[in-house]
Amino acid sequence: MKQFGFTISSGRSINLDDTNFEKVDKLLELVPSYKWCIGCGGCTATCSAGGFSDFNIRRIHTAFIRGQYSELDKKLRQCMLCGKCLLVCPRGVNTRALIVNMRRILANVETNTFKAKEVVQ
Amino acid sequence: MTFFVVIYWIVAVGFLVWSVFNPYFSVYVMPFLVGVVLLLFFSIVKYWRWMSSFDKLQRAIIRKNIWSWRFLPAIWEAIRESLLHWRITKKNILLGYMHRSLAFGWFLLIVVGAVQAKMAFPDGHPIWMAIFFNYFEPEVDLSAFAQAEFFANLMDVLLLYVLTGLMLAMFKKVWSRPLGMKRTTRHTLMDRVAKLSLWCIFPLRLLSESVTAGINGNGGFLVTWLGGVFDSIGLANPAFEYTCWLLYSVALGVFFSLMPFSRYMHIFTEVFLIYFRQLGVRDSDKKTGYTMFELSACSRCGICIDGCPMNRQLGIVNMQGVYMLQSVRNLELQRNAEPIAENCLMCDRCVADCPVNLDLSLIRRQVRIKNKAAIDTKDGYGYLRDVQPFNAIGRVAYFGGCMSHLTPDITSSMETIFNAVGQKYWYMDRDETICCGRPLLQQGFEHQAFELRRKNTELIANSKATMLITSCPICYQSFKKEYRLPIPVLHHTEYIDMLIKSGRLKLRKDDRRVTYHDPCELGRGCGIYDEPRDILRATTTLLKTAEEREKSLCCGFNLGNPLLDLDQQTLIRNAARDNLMAPHPDTIATACPMCKKAFAHADNVPVKDIAEIVAENIVKN
Repeated sequence: MKQFGFTISSGRSINLDDTNFEKVDKLLELVPSYKWCIGCGGCTATCSAGGFSDFNIRRIHTAFIRGQYSELDKKLRQCMLCGKCLLVCPRGVNTRALIVNMRRILANVETNTFKAKEVVQ
Repeated sequence: MTFFVVIYWIVAVGFLVWSVFNPYFSVYVMPFLVGVVLLLFFSIVKYWRWMSSFDKLQRAIIRKNIWSWRFLPAIWEAIRESLLHWRITKKNILLGYMHRSLAFGWFLLIVVGAVQAKMAFPDGHPIWMAIFFNYFEPEVDLSAFAQAEFFANLMDVLLLYVLTGLMLAMFKKVWSRPLGMKRTTRHTLMDRVAKLSLWCIFPLRLLSESVTAGINGNGGFLVTWLGGVFDSIGLANPAFEYTCWLLYSVALGVFFSLMPFSRYMHIFTEVFLIYFRQLGVRDSDKKTGYTMFELSACSRCGICIDGCPMNRQLGIVNMQGVYMLQSVRNLELQRNAEPIAENCLMCDRCVADCPVNLDLSLIRRQVRIKNKAAIDTKDGYGYLRDVQPFNAIGRVAYFGGCMSHLTPDITSSMETIFNAVGQKYWYMDRDETICCGRPLLQQGFEHQAFELRRKNTELIANSKATMLITSCPICYQSFKKEYRLPIPVLHHTEYIDMLIKSGRLKLRKDDRRVTYHDPCELGRGCGIYDEPRDILRATTTLLKTAEEREKSLCCGFNLGNPLLDLDQQTLIRNAARDNLMAPHPDTIATACPMCKKAFAHADNVPVKDIAEIVAENIVKN
């Protein structure tokens, strides 16, 4: 039988009632520009690390907002933070901040909420 | 240390008791003496602690160079900067005059006062005599002191010199623009109290000497005249005289005892810093004793605020060098240290402006490294193990860099140039780039950056290439400063300039009028200003812009600041673009793929890398 590529990703079902979105809220608070993401995958296509490995930033952040955190921390370590994704993104998402903050949230580092616009004088 | 503290206080208390029985003692001298004793104590303790926490490399450098000739330039720089304030004078003449009159003027007051006291009391005198000379002078017979009048007048001139500087400082507090500063620093309470006591010292000295002159008729032209005024309004009486001298002494004592805990610690610390820097000591990635010297050598002048693009374009004024150092220095501000350290473009403009030459970006990086320690892991790059070195004997290695993959015109132009001069090359990241590691290091991931540096070093060293040429200034600075490569590293502008000057590459001159944007990492980062301009002059007409070279504006799209969003970056970019567009060029030239990307969307004027302009103008032999 022809496979038509449907077996590339294994089937997953997400029970949103069981998922805790605390981490996602935190991420959106720290990187508000992530709300603009349309999931085009430009970041993944240009990725320097993706050229050598199976590092797929679009898959990682999609998994993150779905609340599937397993193995994400390990995968995120492959990023070289070179910033190509930042220049490619058509929506102006701060992808580097997204990656660093995902790592911090996954590692439970105390993050100090701080937005450059709302500076306390 | 405990031993030193005990000995110090035994000696200090002994000295204070001895002073009381000195024939020239008067009770009002005590606040001054206590101030001096406290100042000496805390300075010695602080400097001792900092010097003993230098790291291994810094110690080795000091041990190696301490007996070399390098103390000569250190002395010269200390005189030039700590006394004459040359770098501040270059920024603004009035601002320089203000600092010089307070520092150099006060220094001369003390030195000349000491000479005066020495000559008036050839048999010896207590140390406070140089400070309170006029009060004690009527008690001695000065007939043997021939130049008494000359010294009295000279001291008055010096006091006047300091007072003019003080008036400028007060004027600056109200209106700082004429002194070349749009914004000044918001100081902590301690700094304000210390400043107030400093400002009181010299007017009180004038007042005290004048009243004494009114009673005894001593002193130079200024205080004699003022003394006459006081005499005419009936204030020249011993009780008022004593009060004035007491206030003067208290002002000195308060200033001295606050000095080690306020911005005025920079007065002595800068001398130490200059000496260590001349010996060759540099800051490392961890906070060391040397960092502590830098933290204290900051005079909190706030010159870093005006130039900062975050202030100029976004109105953010809480993260510049002076506040970043403040947050590192003050324990109660440490919870803010993280956002303050993160919110910076790392464009190095403040480093170029700093009159004390502090390495602000490196200290900022130290804070970032501390912030990232929990997530800085080195096990992520296992996938690079399979990347094999290439045999490039007899070739130059060309490293485009990550960003050049997004600006393929730059890399193809470089290939054109290599082919035109018949240079064999190895384009080491034609397909995929291993990042140089600097973007990681800038964000504080020192271990991860080290892993990438190790892999790239292995690839480059094993390739046996003769030279490394890179198109990206970020990679260039990284290869040049952070790597220890066995071969020379050149930015492509340096390489092209070399080709032109050696006659290997012939270019025609076209009729384009071009403005050049200095990339931060290439200009302020590595000091490459002339090579790009020489190339552009050889092929086009280069126009001057209002802010260039050290003062060039950041394009806003660099990788330094993880907190800015697109709108804010665009504001910063627009300011830099307006600066470049002001002379109405036909083309904007730059030497960085990132800057090219930033300006490319901004206007209908083409934005080109220098390599592209050169490749278009090659004359075939």
